[in-house]
Amino acid sequence: MDVFIAFVLAIVSGMLIDNVVLSRFYGICPFLGVSKKLNSAVGMGLAVVFVIVLSAVICWPIYTYILVPAGVPFLDTITYILVIACLVQLVGLFIKKYSPSLYKSLGVYLPLITTNCAVLGVVQSNSDQQLDFLMSLANAIGTSVGFMLIIIVFSAIRLRFESNNSPKAFKGLPVALMTAALMAIAFMGLKGMI
Amino acid sequence: MTRKKDGKLANFLKGIVVENPLFVSVLGTCPALATTTSIEGAIGMGILFSIVLICSNILISLLRKLISEEITTPAYIVVIATFVTIVKMMTNAFLPELYNTLGVFISLIVVNCIVLGRAEAYASKHGVLDSLLDACGMGIGYTLALLSIAFVREILGAGMISFGNIFTFIPRFDIPILKYVENDVVIYDYSINMFIQPTGAFIVFGTILAIIAAISNYKNNKAKVKEKLAKAKLKEAQ
Repeated sequence: MDVFIAFVLAIVSGMLIDNVVLSRFYGICPFLGVSKKLNSAVGMGLAVVFVIVLSAVICWPIYTYILVPAGVPFLDTITYILVIACLVQLVGLFIKKYSPSLYKSLGVYLPLITTNCAVLGVVQSNSDQQLDFLMSLANAIGTSVGFMLIIIVFSAIRLRFESNNSPKAFKGLPVALMTAALMAIAFMGLKGMI
Repeated sequence: MTRKKDGKLANFLKGIVVENPLFVSVLGTCPALATTTSIEGAIGMGILFSIVLICSNILISLLRKLISEEITTPAYIVVIATFVTIVKMMTNAFLPELYNTLGVFISLIVVNCIVLGRAEAYASKHGVLDSLLDACGMGIGYTLALLSIAFVREILGAGMISFGNIFTFIPRFDIPILKYVENDVVIYDYSINMFIQPTGAFIVFGTILAIIAAISNYKNNKAKVKEKLAKAKLKEAQ
C-alpha cells in the first residue's frame, strides 16, 4: 500500500507541482511551436506521453542491467538518445500500420519528439537520481501527462489571445511567453499540496 | 557591424546579431529559461554549449563526405552526444559546482535544436574553417543572449550580482544593486523574488523578444517611409 501511495504521489507531483514545462523547463520548443491549434496540441501531447513512458520503461533496464554491470554508466546519454530516436521511428511505423488515421493526425509531430528535451530529460534524470523502476515509471507518467495537460490548456488559451488586439511588438511569441508566465504563477500555488 | 565587409568576418558575426540563435531563430529555449537564474550559470551553460557546438561542427564538417545522406541525422546525433558526454565528464571532474547547478541540462545539449540545426544546415555543406567560424559566432551569440536574460533576472530577482559561487577558482564577491547586506544584516532589499523563479524567466524572455520585435518594426517603418518619400520625389521629378 505504501508503494502504491508513493507511486500516486510521484505521478501527481510530476504532473502538477513540479510541472515539466512551467517549472522544470523541459520541452519549451514544442510547447511554443505546436500549440497554435487545439487538435495538433492533443496529438502532440498523446504522442509525447506514449514515447516518454515507453522510453522510460526501455531505458531503465538498459541502464541497470547492461550499462552499470559493463562499467560504462557514462555512456548513458548516447544510449538514451539512440533508444529514443529508434523508438520514435518504431512507434511511427507501428501506428502507420495499425491506425492510419491516428498516424495522419500525429504524423508531422512524431519526428519532432526525438528533439523534445522532455523525453531525454525524464530518462536522464531517472538515472541521475538512481530511481527504482516503479518510481521511474511514475516520474515518466507524471511528467508526460503534465506536458499533455499544459500544452492542451495553453493551446486553448492561445486560441483566445491570437484573435485579440495585443500591442504590435507583443504579437506572437512574446504574448505567448507572458501567458506562460501567468500560468507558472498559477501552478506555483500548487506547491504546498504535498 | 553586420555589413558585408569580408566573407569570413560576416560569417562569424551573423551568429551574434542578425541570426542570433536564441532571440531571432528562437531555438534552444529550454536552457535559456532554466539556467539563467544567475550570471555565472548562464556563462557556464554558454561555454559548455559553445564547446559542444564548435567540436561537433568541426567533426561533422570533416566527415561530411563520408556520411551518406540517408543516415545523416542519427550520425550527427551520435557525434553530438559523444562531445556532450566528454564535456559532462570534464565539468564533473573540474567544476563540480557548475555540474550540480546545471544538472540534467548538460545532457540536454544533445537535443538542443541549435547544435543539430547548425550541423544539418551549415557544417554538412561547408569547409572546416567556415564551420568553425559559424560555430564560434553562434556560440558567442547564444552565450550573450543567455547572459542578457540572466543579467536582468539576477539583478531583479536576487538584488545583487554575485561571483565565485559556481566558478570557485575566483574569489567570492557580491555587487549590491537592489539589495545590500552588511555583516549579515540586510540594510535594504528591493529585490523581486519572482524573477529568479520560473515565472520571471518567461517574463524576461518575453519582454526581450518584444523589445526586439519593436526595434525591427521601427526599422521596417522607417524603411517604408523612406521608400515612400523616394517615390514621391520621383513623381515630382517626372
